Amino acid sequence: MEAVLSLLVALFFAAGIYLMLSRHLIRILLGIVLFGNAVNLLIFTNGRLTRGTPPIVPPDLMTSAGPVANPLPQALILTAIVISFSFFSFLLVVVYRAYQDLGTDDTDEMRVAEPADEAPPPMGY
Amino acid sequence: MKTLIFRTAAPFITALMLLFSVFVLLRGHNDPGGGFIGGLIAVAAFAVQGIAFGVPVVRRALYFHPMAIAGCGLLMAAFSGVLSYAFAVPYLSGLWAAPSLFGVTVDVSTVMTFDIGVYLVVVGAITSIALSLEDREDG
Amino acid sequence: MAGEPYQVDRAQAMIASPIASADWLIVVPVVLPIICGALLLMFRHRMRIHAFIALAALALMTGANALMLRRVLADGPFSMTMGGWLPPFGISFTADVLGVSFALVGSAVAWICCLYSLCDIDRTGRRYGFYAFLMLMMAGVNGAFLTGDIFNLYVWFEVFLISSFGLLILGSEKAQIDGAVKYAILNLVATTLFLIATGYLYGTFGTLNMADLARKVGGVSETAPLMTLSALYLLAFSMKAAAFPVNFWLPASYHTPRIVTAALFGGLLTKIGIYALLRSMILIFPVERAAYSMPIAIVAGATMILGALGALAQSDLRRMVGFLVISGVGVMLSGLALGSEGGLAGMAFYALNSMVVMTALYVLAGTMRVAGAGFSLQELGGLYRARPLLAAIAFLLILAAAGLPPASGLWPKIVLVKASIGEGAGWLAASILVSGFLTTMALGRVFLLAFWRPANVSLPVVAVPSLPLAVLLLLLLPVLLVGLYPEPVIAMSVSAARGLLDPSAYIQAVFPQGGG
Repeated sequence: MEAVLSLLVALFFAAGIYLMLSRHLIRILLGIVLFGNAVNLLIFTNGRLTRGTPPIVPPDLMTSAGPVANPLPQALILTAIVISFSFFSFLLVVVYRAYQDLGTDDTDEMRVAEPADEAPPPMGY
Repeated sequence: MKTLIFRTAAPFITALMLLFSVFVLLRGHNDPGGGFIGGLIAVAAFAVQGIAFGVPVVRRALYFHPMAIAGCGLLMAAFSGVLSYAFAVPYLSGLWAAPSLFGVTVDVSTVMTFDIGVYLVVVGAITSIALSLEDREDG
Repeated sequence: MAGEPYQVDRAQAMIASPIASADWLIVVPVVLPIICGALLLMFRHRMRIHAFIALAALALMTGANALMLRRVLADGPFSMTMGGWLPPFGISFTADVLGVSFALVGSAVAWICCLYSLCDIDRTGRRYGFYAFLMLMMAGVNGAFLTGDIFNLYVWFEVFLISSFGLLILGSEKAQIDGAVKYAILNLVATTLFLIATGYLYGTFGTLNMADLARKVGGVSETAPLMTLSALYLLAFSMKAAAFPVNFWLPASYHTPRIVTAALFGGLLTKIGIYALLRSMILIFPVERAAYSMPIAIVAGATMILGALGALAQSDLRRMVGFLVISGVGVMLSGLALGSEGGLAGMAFYALNSMVVMTALYVLAGTMRVAGAGFSLQELGGLYRARPLLAAIAFLLILAAAGLPPASGLWPKIVLVKASIGEGAGWLAASILVSGFLTTMALGRVFLLAFWRPANVSLPVVAVPSLPLAVLLLLLLPVLLVGLYPEPVIAMSVSAARGLLDPSAYIQAVFPQGGG
């Protein structure tokens, strides 16, 4: 099972990185989403997989009856999801603003902060 | 999206989703659920309302600015940790009390206030982003 | 749950003994800014009180960090584990000399920046929540310096990153949006690499507590996965610190925001990358760092030389300072490449020095714009005649940034050069000196053009407000004091380096009974 998930992680990484290499911001954004999900899946697989036993203590017991799945990777992933979600929603707003204000989503044309024709400093006076 | 069907259905959907979000929030302590996921459901409810009636209606209905709601949640979450100072336990320790209200025992804990704080942070911050994205769509 | 008889033995998982009040000091620098940030978000329309709440909170944070520094210098590291769980199950906050000294200087610099913001942030900036974002960013910065859990370090990284975006786009100018897009995407890649490495670390060791990792990592015989892991951490944190091949986000964005924001970023954020490198590469992966010391040394040399050359090529003051920040990061990385006690002490000292000096350089650029005609070296001129006090301050700051006496930048460079010659890396010592020379040239030209050159346009007659000058003097004071009497800071840096090289006191602080 781990091997299958590892392949899936690799596939996600490959697709994410391929999209992030694009010049267009919208593809970079989609690549970031895939990249983030690949990492979450990676943490999940790293915590070793246990099928069919959620780490929830039954209401009438004080501890779980048998072995359960490792809850810590799930907590880590939940944190990572929350963070990447807020990061992504912020990025979405900024990229949308960039598209509106700069009139392009091509990163090669986004040269407002670093103009291509900036003169070198004077050599003397 | 100003179709008649959607505008008629939207208030019911919103109300139902808000109710469900609170249910998910309170269920979260011992079962799957909790502040973050409950908060997201509430944000989805406000987003539906915003799509149906426009952003100003949602802002008026919220009354407080979304970021103020987020701040309130953050304050609540931080203070539910500070309470453990009084009991000489480490920061963010879960403290429980079981007061009896009208003959019914209610479990109250700092874990729950923390989770409500998370709920408010998510509702405030994500609603603010969602509304600003919807705003642009109209203008 | 409450009220029922409890049959489970809690002593194996929970902390039973009460926590001393003094230990609570460690959460103050994190919780206080969160509470104040929340208050500022709630009272966003009472804009008058924003600055005062922020100033008071930052002063209290600085005080708390100073008290903690006194305690760790006297009694060694101390720790508190959140939620009452025993470490490594709970998230530990651990204060040692390295973390606390970084947090102290960071909070003090932020307080001074907050003072400067009184004249740099107008009503619109306050309405968009400058002070709230500042508070949340400082919570992230202090959290990163004080946490003892590597996943928690990731969380604090994201906290200060997301707040720094808010600060970066304050004002919504086109250049800011442009810079913010690049800053956000490249930093996101860096933190995602960090997260990948942390996932593998958990898969390998089953723990994420730094003290626990430090004692478990020695018992691993198979080093191949550890080499990969440490390479991932090295890449992620070097990206955050803006080391040479992965530094392009910094000159693309740091010159776009308000001056006070740029000063905070230039002073604090890259140093967190440096701090994280120290923590991960020395505390957790000492063997792997030794194996990588040659590549790190090459990166360090390239970063310091290319950063200084980049500064020479800029005519915009703020962009020039951005490249100087990068050059300084290169000097710090040379300490990591050496890995000896002297190298690490020099690295920590240089990072503390750089926090103050880089902030001061940005503030200087902002003051020169108010006094002169802009940020461009093409237009500035005649400031020496018009503003003698500013010229004197600028001269001393240039000496500080270039590492010349009587300023504090001299001493960490001496420590680093001595350490690299001691390790037999003469070329690294030479490149530190060459980068210092190039920095002197770049900044000397600023003095030549902006101060000595006769003004080609008549200077605006507006008086320079006294607040920026006072802020500059406030930043200059520690620089000169440490430059004239460096022994206490050197002793502190050496003690920080010792704490990293021999983590037994750090581990003892987290696991007092040796269990867990």
